[in-house]
Amino acid sequence: MSYQEKKNIVQLISSTVIFAVYCLFVYLRDKDTTLEGEELFRHWGAVILILIPISIVARIVIEIIFIIIHRIATSEKEPSFADELDKLIELKAMRVSYFVFLLGFLLAMGALVLDGQLSAMFIILLLSGFVSEAAGILWKLRLYRRGV
Amino acid sequence: MGHSHITNNIRNLRFNRHEMTQQQLADQVGVTRQTIVAIEKGKYSPSLELAFRISRIFNLPLEEVFGYEEGQTSL
Repeated sequence: MSYQEKKNIVQLISSTVIFAVYCLFVYLRDKDTTLEGEELFRHWGAVILILIPISIVARIVIEIIFIIIHRIATSEKEPSFADELDKLIELKAMRVSYFVFLLGFLLAMGALVLDGQLSAMFIILLLSGFVSEAAGILWKLRLYRRGV
Repeated sequence: MGHSHITNNIRNLRFNRHEMTQQQLADQVGVTRQTIVAIEKGKYSPSLELAFRISRIFNLPLEEVFGYEEGQTSL
C-alpha cells in the first residue's frame, strides 16, 4: 500500500470520527432544548461554523501523528510535494465530492419543501458535507489503487 | 481508468542503467516514487512533458521508452 493510500485511509477514519464525535456532542448538549425562529438559525449556523475549525485542527494533529508513526514504522520519508498524478487524482476526486454535495443540497431543499422543518434541512446539509468529503476520499483511494 | 494503452519498458531500462531505483528515477524527473510505480504498472499515462523527461534520462527517443498499443497492458 502506497503512502497516499495509507494517508487517505487515515483521513477517512479521522473525518468520520471527528464528525461523529462532534455530532454526538451537539446532540447530547441540545437534545432537551427547543429552538424556534432566529434562535434556530443562530444555533445551526454556530454548529456548522464551529465544526469547521475543530475539523481543521483535529485533522492537522492526526496527520502529524500519522507522519511520525509512518516514519518510525517504515523509515520511509513521505513525499514532500504533490506531483502531476496527485494533482490529477485530487481534481477527479473533487469533482465527485462536489457532485455528491450537490445531491445532498438538492435533498435538503426537497426536505424543506416536503417536511417544512428547518432542522431537517440543516441536518441533511451537514450530513451532505461529511458524505461528500468521504466520497472524495474514497474516490481518491480507488484511483490510487486502480489507476487513472 | 485502470490499465492504459500507453506501454513502457521503464523497468528494464532502469535495471540496465546501473540498476537505477524507482526513487532515483523519480528524483531525476521530478515526481514521486508512487508515480513511477503507477507508470511502470500501466496504471497511469504520464504527461507528454514527463514522458520526454523520462526518455531524456535514458538518452533514448520517446518511441523506444513508450509505446501505444490497442487493448494491451504495459510491457
